[in-house]
Amino acid sequence: MQVYLDNNATTMCDPLVVEAMQPYFSEVYGNPNSLHKFGTASHPAIAKAIDQVYTALNAADADDIIFTSCATESNNWVLQSVFTDHIVNGDKNHIVTTEVEHPSVLSTCKFLEEQGVKVTYLPVNDQGTVEAHTVKSFITEKTALVSVMWASNETGMINPIAEIGEICKEKGVLFHSDGVQAVGKIPVDLQAVHVDFLSFSAHKFHGPKGVGALYIKDSQPLSPLLHGGEQMNGRRSGTLNVPYIVGMGLAIELATKNIENTMAKIRAKRDHLEDELVKLSETFVVGDRENRTPNTILISIRGVEGEGMLWDLNNGQIGASTGSACASEDLEANTVMLAIGADNELAHTGIRLSLSRFTTDEEIEYTINHFKEAVARLRAISSSFAKQAPTKGGEAQACEMH
Amino acid sequence: MAKADILGDSLWDAYSDKVTTLMNNPLHQGELFQGEVEKRGHKLIVADFGAESCGDAVRLYWEIDPATDKIVNSKFKSFGCGTAIASSDVMTELCIGKTVQEAVKITNIDVELALRDTPDVPAVPPQKMHCSVMAYDVIKKAAGLYMGVDAESFEEEIIVCECARVSLGTLQEVIKLNDLHTIEEITDYTKAGGFCKSCIKPGGHEAREYYLVDILADTRKEMDEEKMKAAADAQAAGGGKFEEMTLVQQIKAVDAIIDENVRQFLIMDGGDMEIIDIKKADDYIDIYIRYLGACNGCSSSATGTLYAIESTLKEKLSSNIRVLPI
Repeated sequence: MQVYLDNNATTMCDPLVVEAMQPYFSEVYGNPNSLHKFGTASHPAIAKAIDQVYTALNAADADDIIFTSCATESNNWVLQSVFTDHIVNGDKNHIVTTEVEHPSVLSTCKFLEEQGVKVTYLPVNDQGTVEAHTVKSFITEKTALVSVMWASNETGMINPIAEIGEICKEKGVLFHSDGVQAVGKIPVDLQAVHVDFLSFSAHKFHGPKGVGALYIKDSQPLSPLLHGGEQMNGRRSGTLNVPYIVGMGLAIELATKNIENTMAKIRAKRDHLEDELVKLSETFVVGDRENRTPNTILISIRGVEGEGMLWDLNNGQIGASTGSACASEDLEANTVMLAIGADNELAHTGIRLSLSRFTTDEEIEYTINHFKEAVARLRAISSSFAKQAPTKGGEAQACEMH
Repeated sequence: MAKADILGDSLWDAYSDKVTTLMNNPLHQGELFQGEVEKRGHKLIVADFGAESCGDAVRLYWEIDPATDKIVNSKFKSFGCGTAIASSDVMTELCIGKTVQEAVKITNIDVELALRDTPDVPAVPPQKMHCSVMAYDVIKKAAGLYMGVDAESFEEEIIVCECARVSLGTLQEVIKLNDLHTIEEITDYTKAGGFCKSCIKPGGHEAREYYLVDILADTRKEMDEEKMKAAADAQAAGGGKFEEMTLVQQIKAVDAIIDENVRQFLIMDGGDMEIIDIKKADDYIDIYIRYLGACNGCSSSATGTLYAIESTLKEKLSSNIRVLPI
């Protein structure tokens, strides 16, 4: 048996989605911008996909939802164009975000800092979430944008987006949320919550990779990131990726239709897995379940290094993820673990398991067994559980975190 | 960046079969206990290196026969990834049967070589080379404990890049000999900085005493100073092209010629001179001077003395020189 539990990284494309995309490669292949019937033949399918996306998020007809190539593009678009529109060509100079955003937000913010923008990176609490009052206290009259992820890719923890939205509305500050881990996993109602911009991506909810979108409230101004042939009413140039847009439309419909029901099923499996794993001694899971996406577990296992654990899970045909890796160039201590103030010892022991609606009970049972075996094996090797004390003078110094 | 770099390496696929095998079934994983070892009349040494909070930690056990200083048995415990565990295992194997004095000569390079399947294919990808360094560090620590000396005393020189074991002296020499300007060049020539990258600049996997960026900057500075000194020496010795010197070098060169050939005669007459400026005109290099003391207003200062100064400078430095008193 093989078990894929890395659905926060990407998901399997639903075979129904693949089937729906199929005609738009070799049968209906015209450019939607062409005047002839080859081009216009794709219009009904694109219109349907647009309807599916608006319905899934309860967006108003006055709002824009623009298809992009991925959420990284959507995030870059908001940050870079707010910089152009309100900082270079305006009187603002400040962006507020959090320490635990996805790299497509953090790296873009670092790039904007090099251009002279002031960026505040808000800390998170021990639940891994940012608190609304913290956001409020850092907004100044120079603040152009607040960017806070809806849910965390690492922990699944859900930020108080409704509250932050109200604060931004009241203060007259633009509010962007990276909704990649929320859309398709939990209900997102864009008429119930005030968000100016929302980024999301199809491959996180069983759609194809290479297509995402940006929601723009009330079709408000935002300079394009990609200039060119003026597609999508001039907001995002580039020939429309028809099959992928069609795929995204169906994928978001499948993911959000009866979402409460789907969530309950995934949550039951996740909770069972989590209950079994925390029976192991000296483990803990980050964040309350009630405020977490129903598919995610970030578990720390004392004495078991994250990459070593992934290795053993991989040997058992289980795909999971860790935010830390031993002695590698880029991956150090799990940044989220550090941000929530976990003990240094635990920062290298995080394993993320993320389920999907395709995860089965059999897969969960298999994972529980194999996970426990892997922990037993690695703890038997681990210096953390060794009994014979070092020779006097042979103890190691605890190291500085980096 | 090029075609081969676009996808990026698959970390685990770059491991040798030996690394994979030992990670899955380490041969020397386990503990040695004080009581048992003493019963056999041997001495137990247990040394730790690294910490869980660093991301990797290893505990090394040596059972030593005090009569011969021979390591008769060795075990390890490790908190770390696959390469950390495999490196620890091979390190333990390399220690068994050696005396403590021999074991301390085992380096991380030996550990990595022992993990290779074929002699010329690295056992681990570059960023994982660091894992084998811990093996080397913990051996030094254990040997220090047994011999009652500081672990650092086994190191004869300052090692800047632990992964590739490149010393400070080697780096300075290679930068100078090959006139290196960039970190990439240093890595190409010495392999330093090509593995875990901690030694390149602050902010890497671990804090270091020396960083390549500083060594490069300092060595380049030293080289520039040496170059200038050489230019000045060459000038003083009569070599070097006056036109190509910097202004400061030109002033120094003129001063040196004046000191050597002219000033003594001026001083004998109760006068002196100073250089005010040097300017490049169309066909000439104009040296502006000012007479001091008795020379100031002396009749020959505009004729014979001036001619003597100018012709000396023309002969020694450049035929394009004009001397203009102000």
